[in-house]
Amino acid sequence: MTTEPKTNPPLGRIIVITSGKGGVGKTTSSAAISAALAKKGFRTVVIDFDVGLRNLDMTMGCERRVVFDFINVIQGDAKLKQALIKDKRVDTLSILPTSQTRDKDALTKEGVEKVLTELKADFDYIICDSPAGIEHGAQMAMYFADEAVVVTNPEVSSVRDSDRVLGLLSSQTRRAETEGAEPIKAQVLITRYDQERVEKGEMMTVEDVLEILAVPLLGVVPESKAILKASNVGTPVTLDGPSAAAEAYQDAVSRLTGETVEMRIPGERRPGLLQRLFGRAS
Amino acid sequence: MSLFDFVRRKAPPKSAQTAKDRLQILLAHERSSSGTAEADYLPMLQRDIVAAIRKHVPIGDKDVEVRMERGDQMSSLEINIELPAVKSKTG
Repeated sequence: MTTEPKTNPPLGRIIVITSGKGGVGKTTSSAAISAALAKKGFRTVVIDFDVGLRNLDMTMGCERRVVFDFINVIQGDAKLKQALIKDKRVDTLSILPTSQTRDKDALTKEGVEKVLTELKADFDYIICDSPAGIEHGAQMAMYFADEAVVVTNPEVSSVRDSDRVLGLLSSQTRRAETEGAEPIKAQVLITRYDQERVEKGEMMTVEDVLEILAVPLLGVVPESKAILKASNVGTPVTLDGPSAAAEAYQDAVSRLTGETVEMRIPGERRPGLLQRLFGRAS
Repeated sequence: MSLFDFVRRKAPPKSAQTAKDRLQILLAHERSSSGTAEADYLPMLQRDIVAAIRKHVPIGDKDVEVRMERGDQMSSLEINIELPAVKSKTG
C-alpha cells in the first residue's frame, strides 16, 4: 500500500477549468474530465479553488471524508498527502478539497505554487477547478496553468465572460509574464448545447461561438439529464453509466491527451417504442 | 405472498432523494459549526498525537494519516500511524 509503482515520470501538466460566468458547468466539467483522465490510467488530481464555497467535494461524492484541505496545506497545518482524498472508484484519482470556512485571501501565490510543484512530482494531470468571476481565487487557479479549458454556454453573457477570461489567460498568468514561454494552450468547451434549439435558430451554433472566441474547440457537451442525476448522487458523469454527456466528456478528454477524435455532438438516445410503452426505472 | 406484491416492491432510491439526504447530512454538520473553523482542531489533534507517540517511537510528520467519515448519527475518525520498520540487512 505504501509503495505505488511508478512506471514512468509524471507528466505534471496543470489544466485550469475556468469560465468567468458562474453556473456554466466548471465543477461538473472538472469532475467529469478528471475522472475520465484517471479512468484512462493517468494519475490525476482535481483541486477546488473556490475557497469558502466548497462544492467539488459534493460533486465528487467525498464530502463526508474531508479532513484537511488545500488551505490547511498552504498554511502548513497539514501535509499535502494528508489532505488528498483518494477516490474510492478510480484508484488513480485524488481530490484536494478547499476550505469552507476561510476566505480566498488565504490562497497566496507562493502557497499555491508550492502545492502545485509538489503535485507535479506525483501526478500526470492537475486539474484546477476555478471559482466564478475574475477575482483573486480565479486568478490563482489560472496563474500556473499550462493549459486552460474555458467552459462556455451558447448564450450571450457566458460567451462575453469567456472572452474576458481568454484575455486574462493571455496576460495575467505566469506563462504570459515569462518571456519566451509558450503561451497557455486555451480551448473552449461548449456545454449545455441543445441541438434542437440550435436547429430552430433559438441557440447560437458551435460555429457562432468559435467565430466569436477564436480559440480551438475541445468538445461540445449536450444539455443532458444525466448531469443532474450524477451530481445528485455525487458521481462524476463520466463514471455514472453511459450518457450523451459522458460520451462528449470522454471525447474531450481524449483530445486533451493528444488523441485525434472526430468532432461530434452526441445526442441523447430516444427511448424505443417498447421502453416508452412499459416505462423504465430511473 | 400476494400476486400484487410486485406493485409494492420498494423502488430503488431516486437520485433526487439521494441528493436531499446528502445535503441534509452535510448542512446539519456545517450549520452546527455555525460557519466557524470547527474542523481546525484536527491539525492540533494530529500534532498532539504525533508528539505523544514520539515519546516512545521515532516517527515522522508524514507517518500519520487522519481520515474522517461523517454520518448523520455519528462520525468516525480513523487515525493510521505508520511505525518505522525494523531494518533488516538483507532488505
